[in-house]
Amino acid sequence: MSANPEHDVSAGVDFVKESQSEEFQELRKTHRSFVFPMAIFFLVWYFAYVLLADYFHDFMSIKVLGNINMGIVLGLLQFVSTFAITAAYVSFSNKKLDPKATKIRERLEREGVN
Amino acid sequence: MNQLSILAQAAGESTQVGNPLVNIAIFLAFVGVTLVIVLRASKNNKTAADYYAGGRSFSGTQNGTAIAGDYLSAASFLGIVGAIAIQGYDGFLYSIGFLVAWLVALLLVAELLRNTGKFTMADVLSFRLKQRPVRIAAAISTLAVCVFYLLAQMAGAGALVSLLLGIDEKFGQSLVIVIVGALMILYVLVGGMKGTTWVQIIKACLLIAGALIMTVWTLALFGFNFSELLGKAAEVAGNPEILNPGMKYGVSETSKLDFISLALALVLGTAGLPHVLMRFYTVPTAKEARKSVVWAIWLIGAFYLFTLVLGFGAGALIGPERIQAAPGGVNSAAPLLAYELGGTVLLGLISAVAFATILAVVAGLTITAAASFAHDVYASVIAKGKSTPEKEMKVARRTVLVIGVFAIAGGIGAQGQNVAFLVALAFAVAASANLPTILYSLFWKGFKTRGAVWSMYGGLGSALLLIIISPVFSGSETSMIPSIDMAIFPLANPGIVSIPLAFFLGWLGSVTDKGVEDITKQAEMEVRSLTGVGAEKAVDH
Repeated sequence: MSANPEHDVSAGVDFVKESQSEEFQELRKTHRSFVFPMAIFFLVWYFAYVLLADYFHDFMSIKVLGNINMGIVLGLLQFVSTFAITAAYVSFSNKKLDPKATKIRERLEREGVN
Repeated sequence: MNQLSILAQAAGESTQVGNPLVNIAIFLAFVGVTLVIVLRASKNNKTAADYYAGGRSFSGTQNGTAIAGDYLSAASFLGIVGAIAIQGYDGFLYSIGFLVAWLVALLLVAELLRNTGKFTMADVLSFRLKQRPVRIAAAISTLAVCVFYLLAQMAGAGALVSLLLGIDEKFGQSLVIVIVGALMILYVLVGGMKGTTWVQIIKACLLIAGALIMTVWTLALFGFNFSELLGKAAEVAGNPEILNPGMKYGVSETSKLDFISLALALVLGTAGLPHVLMRFYTVPTAKEARKSVVWAIWLIGAFYLFTLVLGFGAGALIGPERIQAAPGGVNSAAPLLAYELGGTVLLGLISAVAFATILAVVAGLTITAAASFAHDVYASVIAKGKSTPEKEMKVARRTVLVIGVFAIAGGIGAQGQNVAFLVALAFAVAASANLPTILYSLFWKGFKTRGAVWSMYGGLGSALLLIIISPVFSGSETSMIPSIDMAIFPLANPGIVSIPLAFFLGWLGSVTDKGVEDITKQAEMEVRSLTGVGAEKAVDH
C-alpha cells in the first residue's frame, strides 16, 4: 500500500519486550506526566468559566476597565491559557519527549532492519 | 453554529447592499486560481497515500493553515459575528469552546494518531482490536458525522446565495447549489487530498486576512480603544446587558443546562471530527502533526479574537435593529460591516470568501467520507483486504461522486429547513461516538472490542435518538417538523447525556468482554504511538 519500501521496518521488532523496557516505560511516564495533568487542568478551567458565564451573571458583569467586564477578561484569559498551554507543550516535547522517542525509534529501526 | 438555521431561514429574501456582479467576479477569480493549483497538484496523484493523504508531503505550517481552513466554516464567520452583534456576550461563548477544544487534539490525539494510523480514524481504532466489527462501527460513525456536517453546509449555501448574490427564487438558489456541488466534486475527484488541502489553505489565508483587515479598520474607528467600542455597542443597542452573559442562554434553567451540554460537545467533539483527524495523515511525521495543531490553534485563536471585535463592531456601527431588519438577519452582520467599512469591493471580497469557505469545507468532508468508505468498508470488510490500491481508489472516486450528488440533492431538499441541529449533532456524535473510543484505545490497555463497539454504537445511537425527541426536531415553531410534537427531551444538544453514556459503555463493554485481545498488537500500538517507529512516511516523487 505504501510507496515506501521501508514501511515494514517494524516487522522484526519484539514490541512486547520493548513496551516493557525501562527506556520505553520512562518515555511513557514522561509523556503522561505532562499531558494528563495539563488536560485535566484546561478542562477544569474551561468548565469553571462555562459555569461562571452560565450561572453567575452578576460576577461576570462586574466592570474591570471601562466597559470591559469580568466576562470579557475571563474569556480572553481562556485564549491566553490555550496559547500558553500550546507553547508549553511544544517546548516540553522538544526538550523532553522528542530526544527520548527518537532514541528508541532509531534503535528499533536498526534492530528491525536486521 | 445555531446560526445556520437563521442562515437557512433567510433564504427567500434578497440583499440590497453591494453589487452581486462584483461578488460573483471575485468568487470566480478564487475558483480559477484554485482550479489551476488543483490541476497542477493532481499530477502526482499515483498511490492511495497520494490520493487520501496528499502524499504525506505537506509541512506542519501548510497543514495547520489547511486545518484552520477546514474548521472555520461560513457558520463560524457569519454566525459568530452576527451572534455577538445581536446577542452580545453569549455569541462569544461559542468561539471559546471551538478554540479550547484544540487542546484535546494537541495533547491527547494528533501525534499518537499520526504515528499509528494510515488514512482513516478506523485505522487507529481497529489497530489492536478485532478488525471487522470495530472498523465497521468507526466507518459508520465517520460517515454519519460527515453527512450531517455536509448537509448543514450545503443547506447554508442556498441561504448564502440569497444573502450575497441577490438570487432569491428557489430555482436560482438550487442552481447555485448544483454549481457549488459540481465544483467540489471536480476538486476532490481530480485533486484528491492534495487539491482539497490547497483549496483550504488559500481559503484560510483569504478569510483570516479579510477578518484582520476589518478588525484593524473597526478598531481604528474607535482610536484602538476596545472599551470605547464596547460602550458604543451597548449604547446603540440601547441595552447594557449586551456586554454581559445571559442574553441567550440565561433565559431559563433549561437553556442554562443546554449551554453546558453544548460546551461539552464543542470541547470534546473537535478531536473526534473525522475530517479533522484525517488531516493529520497529510504530514510526514508526528512532529509535523504537532506543528499543524500549533499553527491551527494560533490561526483559529486569532480569528476568533477578530470575530469578537467584528461582532461588537457591527453592533456599534450598524446596530442590532438594522442587522435584524436586513435580509439574512443575524448572518448579515459581517457583510453589512464590510460594506459599511470598505464599500462594494470589501463586501465582494468577504462574500467570495464565504462561498470559498463552503466549497473548502464540503470538499474536506467529502474526501474523508470517501476514504472511509473505500478504505474501511470496501477494502477491509467487503473485499476482506484482498483489494488492490488501484481498485480501492476507484471505489473512493465513485464514492466521491455518490456523496457529491447526495450533497447537492440534500442541499436543495434542505433549503429553508432548520438545519442547526445537524451541526450540533455532528459535534455531539463526534464527541460521543468517536472520542471515547479514540482516547480509550490510545491510553487504556484494558480496552476491548466489545467496549469499542458498545461505545461507538451507543454514542451514535443515543445522540441520534435524543435529537429526534428534542425540541429542535419537533414540537416548536422553529423545529424541523413543527406540526408534530414528540419532544420529550428538553435540550437541543444531546452531549450532556450521550457523551458520559458512551464513556461508560466503553468501560462496561471492556470489563465484561471475556475475549482476549492481541497482546503483541497492543504493545506494538503503544510503542509506535509514542516513538513513531514504523509510521507511514512521506511519499517520494
